[in-house]
Amino acid sequence: MKFGVVVFPGSNCDHDAYHAAHDILGQDAEYLWHKDPSLKGVDVVILPGGFAHGDYLRTGAIARFSPIMPAIRDFARAGGPVLGICNGFQVLLEAGLLPGAMLRNRDLKFHCEHVYVRVEQTDTPFTQSAARGQRLRIPVAHGEGNYYAEPEVVRELEASRRVIFRYCDARGEVTEAGNPNGSVNNIAGICSEARNIVGLMPHPERACEASLGSADGLVMFESVLAALTREGAVSGAHPERAPASRGA
Amino acid sequence: MKARVFVTLKKSVFDPQGKTIADALHSMGYNGIGDVRQGKFFELELDAASAEQARTLAAEVADKVLANPVIESYRVEIDS
Repeated sequence: MKFGVVVFPGSNCDHDAYHAAHDILGQDAEYLWHKDPSLKGVDVVILPGGFAHGDYLRTGAIARFSPIMPAIRDFARAGGPVLGICNGFQVLLEAGLLPGAMLRNRDLKFHCEHVYVRVEQTDTPFTQSAARGQRLRIPVAHGEGNYYAEPEVVRELEASRRVIFRYCDARGEVTEAGNPNGSVNNIAGICSEARNIVGLMPHPERACEASLGSADGLVMFESVLAALTREGAVSGAHPERAPASRGA
Repeated sequence: MKARVFVTLKKSVFDPQGKTIADALHSMGYNGIGDVRQGKFFELELDAASAEQARTLAAEVADKVLANPVIESYRVEIDS
């Protein structure tokens, strides 16, 4: 199976995502330059974290017009799994592939810390190997992760079970104290109507090895691998590269 | 021709930067100042035959790029 990691000028978690897919999961992975209009036959697309185009104008506002975006739109429309992490999530929002927008964190501070999120739904390609209600300890690193949408849009997201991750406390309770940025309804991640596009602010790719403090994020990569392998859409792990252990 | 585009968060959207500035002003003793909303200001040099055409063009790029309609609204002024 082949992961594609989109690289915008200013992406800085592209190598982390590549590492998780290639070195930890033992899958093929390839960088996709934002000016290249082709997805090079990848099976899953990751829009990584960072500061595409320096966050000028608004986070993700310039990146959404990249030459690669029409190909990502077509890939998603055909049901291909697309994951937006942090800045990648912001790009998906600006592109209109997911609803809502990001506001400045309510305390105006850049939050760089491990937080807890609760897996709310498991019928997406990126959460199917997780358990509903499972609590994940994953880092966040953002200044604009305060998810906002019009009240009727939030109602629609809730009614259609498209809130995939919610910020919670260490016990897995969804509380105000567990919400690092002021996101409405503690929303940390959502999915598209067809459920194949997922965006979240926390960084699962930075939490795939115990030696990095948490391996809780690995389940998202394992999920998409299982989802696509089961579909028979891909051939599975590269034979010469056995998947590495979950870390130290 | 020149267009000025002012982008601000919608009234229904909380503006933590504006609130922080207002709090600072109040702590300085400027009690005559109420709410503060922070926004962005763009100056566009336009190739347009009329003020009307300039306004249409400025509004188009504001809709597509300069403002995010989910959270922001904008106002256009034309210098002819």
